[in-house]
Parts: sequence; C-alpha cells; structure tokens
Amino acid sequence: MKHSKGNTHSVETMGAFDGPGIRYILFLQGCPLRCQFCHNRDTWDTQENKLQTPEEILADYQKYKTFYKNGGITVSGGEPLLQIDFLIELFTLFKAHNIHTCIDTSGATFTPHNTEKFASLMKVTDLVLLDIKHIDDEGHKVLVGTTNKHILAFAKYLSDIDKDVYIRHVLLPGITGTDDQLTRLRSFLDTLTNVKRIDILPYHKKGIVKWEINHFDYPLKELEEPCKDLIMKAHDILKTCYVYKK
Amino acid sequence: MKQWEGFKKGLWQETVDVRDFIVNNYEEYLGDDSFLVGPTEASTKLNQQFIDLLAKEIELGGVISVDTDVVSSITSHKAGYLDKSLEKIVGLQTDAPLVRGFHPYGGINVAVKAAEAYGYEINPELQHIFTEYRKTHNQGVFDAYNSEIRAARSAGIITGLPDAYGRGRIIGDYRRVALYGLDYLIKQKKAEQKSLSFPMTERKIRLREEIQEQINALGRLKTLGEYYGFDLSRPADNAMEAVQWLYLGYLGAVKEQNGAAMSLGRTSTFLDIYIERDLKAGIINETDAQEIIDHFIMKLRMVRFARTPEYNELFTGDPTWVTESIAGMNLDGRSFVTRTSFRYLQTLYNLGTSAEPNLTVLWSESLPQNFKNFAAKVSIDTSSIQYENDELMRPEHGDDYAIACCVSPMAVGKEMQFFGARANLAKALLYSLNGGRDEMSGKQVAPKGEIIKPGVLNYDEVMVNYEKTLEWLAELYVGALNIIHYMHDKYAYESFEMALHDRDVTRFFATGVAGLSVVADSLSAIKYATVTPIYDEESGLVVDFKTEGEFPCYGNNDDRVDQIAVDLVTKFMNMIRKHETYRDSIPTMSVLTITSNVVYGKKTGNTPDGRRKGAPFAPGANPMHGRDNSGALKSLMSVAKIPCESCADGISNTFTIVPQALGKEETMMFENVMASDIKVENLVNILDGYFTGGGYHLNVNVLVREKLIEAMNNPHLYPNLTIRVSGYAVNFALLTNEQKRDVIARTFHETF
Repeated sequence: MKHSKGNTHSVETMGAFDGPGIRYILFLQGCPLRCQFCHNRDTWDTQENKLQTPEEILADYQKYKTFYKNGGITVSGGEPLLQIDFLIELFTLFKAHNIHTCIDTSGATFTPHNTEKFASLMKVTDLVLLDIKHIDDEGHKVLVGTTNKHILAFAKYLSDIDKDVYIRHVLLPGITGTDDQLTRLRSFLDTLTNVKRIDILPYHKKGIVKWEINHFDYPLKELEEPCKDLIMKAHDILKTCYVYKK
Repeated sequence: MKQWEGFKKGLWQETVDVRDFIVNNYEEYLGDDSFLVGPTEASTKLNQQFIDLLAKEIELGGVISVDTDVVSSITSHKAGYLDKSLEKIVGLQTDAPLVRGFHPYGGINVAVKAAEAYGYEINPELQHIFTEYRKTHNQGVFDAYNSEIRAARSAGIITGLPDAYGRGRIIGDYRRVALYGLDYLIKQKKAEQKSLSFPMTERKIRLREEIQEQINALGRLKTLGEYYGFDLSRPADNAMEAVQWLYLGYLGAVKEQNGAAMSLGRTSTFLDIYIERDLKAGIINETDAQEIIDHFIMKLRMVRFARTPEYNELFTGDPTWVTESIAGMNLDGRSFVTRTSFRYLQTLYNLGTSAEPNLTVLWSESLPQNFKNFAAKVSIDTSSIQYENDELMRPEHGDDYAIACCVSPMAVGKEMQFFGARANLAKALLYSLNGGRDEMSGKQVAPKGEIIKPGVLNYDEVMVNYEKTLEWLAELYVGALNIIHYMHDKYAYESFEMALHDRDVTRFFATGVAGLSVVADSLSAIKYATVTPIYDEESGLVVDFKTEGEFPCYGNNDDRVDQIAVDLVTKFMNMIRKHETYRDSIPTMSVLTITSNVVYGKKTGNTPDGRRKGAPFAPGANPMHGRDNSGALKSLMSVAKIPCESCADGISNTFTIVPQALGKEETMMFENVMASDIKVENLVNILDGYFTGGGYHLNVNVLVREKLIEAMNNPHLYPNLTIRVSGYAVNFALLTNEQKRDVIARTFHETF
C-alpha cells in the first residue's frame, strides 16, 4: 500500500499550550473556514506545501522524544480533519509507538450521517482540542463563513463516544463576548459529559501581521482586545461550577 | 567518640571517608517544599545590614576597602563580624566585612595593580619583600615562557591563562573539618608523610614537602578557630558546630588563596545528617535549622577578592564561584536529596536572589519528583540555578563529586584539576587563512604557513591549513599550561585545600576552547555557501569575506553543521592528548567562556559566518545569537550533540526562555496555582529531556528581554537582578554595558 502524504505547513518542537506536557505540534496546510480573527492566515490555502509521510514525521518526532515524556503529538492547522485519511494513518503509527495523540480542530468537516472515518480516527486519538467559534449560527456564518450546526454535532458526537475534549473559545468583545452568547455557550457545554477543560482565549492582535505580510485586508481592524473585566466575566459564566469529566 | 554518638558506624570511623559517613547516615527526603520556613527576624535584620553594605560597595566603585598592610593567610586577621549579636555563623576573610585581602603569591605585580585600580597602595615594604626576597608565581612563569608563548598570549589566541593570579578550581573537602576535627586530620597527614620513604625520588620529595605544608596549614586553621572561640581540634558536636566548622574550613581556603574559582563542594546532604540528629533530639526546630543555613549562605555571599580591571573584563560581576552541588543520585539507587537540599534553595527566597553561592543542581531523571519540581520553581522565580547532568558525571567521578567553578566535575577530596584558559578556535581559523599572521596586528604569531590561494575558499583546502594551525596551537597551549602549573605548585601551592585531599589525587589538565559556534558556522559557510576572502591591499591580510548563498547554522539540529562542531572538538582534544602534561595529569577540555566571550570577540577579526570584527562570540557551547531560530528544542539538541568524551570538563549552555513560553498567560491571571504548576512541569520536562538526551550543563533563565532593557536603563531599580550567564550567575547591574548589550542580544526562546 502506498502511504499517503500529509500536506504540512510547519512544526513547533516545543509546544506548551496545545495539550498536556511538552508537545510536538504539527501544523497542516489548508482550512475550510475563513475566521475573521484567524491568527494563522497563512495556513488557509490548500495548495501543496511540504509533503511528508507519517514515517518521516515520526522520525522527526523521535529526535525530540526525550522532551515529550508527559506530552505527545498535537496536529493543528489549518484544519487537520481536511486530511483525515492521512491523520488516521499518522495516529495509527504514533499509537503503535505508544505516543499520546491530540487533534486541534474546529470540527468543520464533520458529517453527522457518515461517521465511519471519524470513528476510525477517534480510535487512535487520545484528546481533541475543540474550538467552538460562535454558539449562534447566524453569528457563526458572519464570523467564520459557514454554519455551526455540524460543529456542534461534532461536539455531541465526541460526547457520545466519551472522547476526552478540551473546549477552546476565543473571546471577541461584542461578538462572542456578550452575556447572551456566553450564557448560550454555557448551556450547550452543560449538555456535554466529556469535557476535561475549558480554555478561554482572549482575542489578541498578534495575528494581524500574518495578514499584512500576505497583503490581505484584516476584517476586524476596529476590534479591541478584551479587557480584564470581560475576561473575568467570561470565566465566571463559562466555568463556575462546571462539571468536568474526571 | 562523643561527637559521633547516634551515627551509624562504618568504614568512615577507621579512615577519612566522608562519603561512607554520608551514605550510612543520611535520610533521603521524598516530600515537597511545604515544610520550609521563611527567615527569622534576626536573619532579615542581618541580611538588611549586608544589603546596605552591598549598596555602599557599589557606591564606592565596587570595593569597600582593600587591606594594604597584611599578607592574607589563614591566621592573618583576628576575628571579624558583621553584627556579632545576630550572627549564628561567624568568620570573615579579613577583620571587617567585604574588605579585600592582599594575596601576593600568585603575582606581586597583579596584586599591587588590583589594589591600585581601586585607589589603594600596597605597603611599599611588602612590595619590596615580594619583589626582592620572595619570588611569586607570575615571576616564575615569565622566567620560563618562551617567545612563541608570549606572542600567542599577547595576540589573544589563548586568553585567560592563570599565569598572574591563583588558578583556583580546587575543592578542599571542608566536610572533613567538621566530621573529624583537625587533630585527627593532622595525624592522618603525618602518617601519609611517613609512608613516603626511600628511595627519595623527586616525586616523593616534592610530596613530602607538600604534606608538611598541608600539616602546617591545618595547624593554622586551629588558630583561626581559636580567634573565634572554637576548638576545631575536635569534631563538631552538633548541627550549628558542623556548619561553623565546615565554613571555617572554607574560610581558611579563601584566606590563603585568591583562586579564580573557590568552590565549596557538596555539603548540603552531609550537613543534613547533623541537622536531622539535632531535630530528632529536640535541640533545634525547623526555624533554627533554616536560620543556620541562611546565615551560612549569607557568609558565602560575602567572599571577596581584589582583582585587576583586566581580570574583571574577562570574568565580570566579581564572581568567586562558591559553587555548591546539590542532589544527584547515590550509587545505591537512592538520591542524595535531603531536606537541607531544599533549605539551600530556600535561601534564594529568604535572603533574596544572589549570584553566589553558585547553586548547582546535579540533575537526574530519577531524582524525587518533588525536588525536581521545587528546583524548577526556584529557577522560574529567581533565574539563579544551573543544572549539570548527574548521569554523565557519576560514572566518571563516582557519586561524591562536586562541580568546581562552572562546569568542572571532580570527586571531592580525591580529584583536582590544573585549570587554564581557552584557545580561540575562531582566531586560529583566521591564522590558517593568513599563513600564521594575526588578522588584527599583522604580526607573525603562528609559524609561517601556506597562505590560502585567492578566490573562492575550498572547504578541503581550508581544513588542511586549519588542522595544521590547530596542531601548533595545541602544543603551544599545553606547553604554556605546563609551565603555569609547575610554577603555581612551586610558588603558590594550595596547602590548605590540598590538606583536605587524599595523599594521591587524580589530576586533570583542563584546557578549554572558545568560538565553537563561530567556527562551526564559518566552516559551514565555506562548505555550503560561497565564501570569497577580501584582502587588505597594504598588508595582504584576509580582512573580510564575501559570503553568498545559504548555509546551515549550528543550533538548529541540522547535522550538516552540527557535525562540523562535533568533529572540531574531537580533533582538537585529540591534538591536546598528544602532548605530555604536567604531573601526569589527564587532559580534558571544556567549551565554556564565562563572560569572556565578549573579550574573545573583541580580539577577533571578521569571520566567514558574517560575524563582524570585534563582535562577541556566543557564550560557551551556545549557538550564535539569533541564529538558532528553529525553536528551543532544536537549539538544545544541537548543543547536546557535543560529545562528552572530548569535552569531559564541561559543555556550557545558557538557555533563556520567556515565562509565557512555559505556560499560559491567560491561565496565569486566573488560576495562579495551576499556571505555576504547568510552568514547573514543563521546565522539569525540558530538563529531563535535555539531560536524558545527553546534554551536559544548562543555565536556566526565565526572563523577558524587556526586563533586562529596563534594568540596563534604570540600574538603581534592579540592584539584585540575578541572571545566569555562562557557568555562573551574575548580578546584572555589575556587568559592563557591553556585556549587558551582549546578554540582551542573546536568543530568548519565545515561541516554538
């Protein structure tokens, strides 16, 4: 069988943010979403960048494995699920080497009526970092360019199969950061039974540079970073007394 | 013996064997840091007096005072105190705190110049004596140096030769003073001397004389004890005495010698045995225990030497390298972590951060998790700790070794080293292109060799010339060090420190190199890019290079260039090994520059890697600033490749990471406890990863660049900002502006 190759963007060898421990972060190229606040604008394009086989990636990972004792690999992007066949192969190989696997995803490619491939992938995935962009469907369409129905369905699906999840939510003042939006998101999270952690990511402007370098117009120019009070409030609404999976 | 009551019996009672005493009697501590206590009122008050004195020292231009009338020796000064009513542990080098003694034996000229630099004049009578009647080390060395060595020395291809000051890097086993008392040690030494009999060979005669010097020195320490009201002839009776006895032992050494590095050894677990005994007997409680350690560490922070401006330029910030080695593993599988290992680190909180003593954790993945976490936490909070790979040292030096100076391991009381300087490998590369002429002065320093032919440099041709130059340099370097150590033994012998060693010690011959990353990148440029020399028309010297195209840089885990660095140290070490070394010492090498990377850079012309003439080298084995741009781990992995077999005396890596990179800023604001736990866990993982991956040494700084810039602009706001440089910690405020800029320019690992 010919091994598939992943279309990769880049690697961070010392990720301290995306999952437990120190992790090897593999960024894949290509994303179906068009988030206005994207901080990796350069990963949208699906055209071929650096093609790598699972074996090549494992070999590179092994060079640093002494650092990943309590960590593992996290595949981010872009949207890694765009290359789900490759991901299954990659994680199958990594699990065979007893390495902790994690996907950082928006769930944007999920197909609720055909979950076969997702089931295969979840068999070799230890943790999902699930990015919920906007709980309101109309708001989601404006902010991201698509509906959020299948994304929320993905969250439910992961809850049903009891897959460990970290929920991540970018706090955009006046957009996702209103009381109403936060309360609705909380209600949704309360229906899930697989959440190990909730991370609130205050919006920051550092990603603008990547738009400017590539001569793209940044849509949220006027948006300010959230103040401390708003961040506190979001923590309060989303996390107070939340029942995490043990 | 009454003082040994309650200790488990063992071989240590039959002969001097401190390790045997320790392994039979210490109790490993696996718990966390929750038992630790803050400073007592007395400690805080005393520490404040010391801090005030430090401020005054800076105000006076760096020196409180220099004693110009007395030759410093173990018994030269009567008792001195900071505040007698508060001090639990006493003893000063002179009769007042921070007053620097006069140490002429290393070299009278240098000692006089050091005093002059601060506006003091050494008593002319003493100058006369040490010029006319008593020869010093420096005079001996220059009597024997040949013209080649002198030329190399002044061109700066070898820099930092200890030919005019004390060589240091010898660790007396100061624990012996506490465990055995001086009478027993003197008896042992007399037996050792008696064991050396006919035929009286040169080796035996020398050793017999040295042992007599050692016996005399032990006797003098007894007198020093009497000045302070202690009877050091007998063993220490309790924890307070054990610390006091041990400290007076160390004090004897720093009164007798102004060595470049006067390290303490490995004392925390030894002292813990006494502290535990007293705690169990109810004689002291935890507050008392911490207070004794706090006062002891405060004393170690007060060690001072008079040094010349040239010396300070090389090793900035008034370092004394009171290196103390903590933790490490026991050969029986337990670790050497005790509560007192924690108490030593706790002093950085109780007394504030400080460059000295140079706290060094001997790291192993097998250390107790709680201790690893605490050490990492202290690093994150203070940037004052360095780490050494216990798994690399223990097989070579046993489990009772300590670090001398920055990175040099030696079995305490059993091994010592002849330290000396660094060979400038980058300058050597330029010599090889210029037929042995110095690229700065034009002088013929190395033998007249082939001048590289004009046009694009060919890697193989360059290497042929370069290796010839290195062969020359290795021979010259060993020759210079042989002369230096011969003379040091003759005119400035460390009789007291050696009195706390076994009769037959193993000696290492510790060479060093500077400019490793500059050469690796330069050779990489020649090999993978196109490098064309640019000549000065008048002198005909290669003065610059046109470098076109891409080439891999050391520090990115790229074997194409990392292997060049590996081959280079391996080759040079083998060249060193070809030559006969003084007193059958075993040749070793370190890749360590301390702060001298700035001076080496200053003395070196443009290099093919694009480094400009006069620009600093990277410190130690570090990649060049800003060139290790593929992330922290790749940088660490490149350095971890430098082979220990060729660099047994140490491979120094200074690692700076911004706090946010270790854990989330967002979490930090709201879930304080958890955030700091994550940072600690991540730093522990980095240390485990680096050392199980073969790394030798790591200085850890957790800092943001902005803080250093602010500290540079407003030094008065940051009088105690401590950072790790190459092999030691330094008070940032004491660096020269040039060095501050160099530190700020280094790579801060931010994102990966």
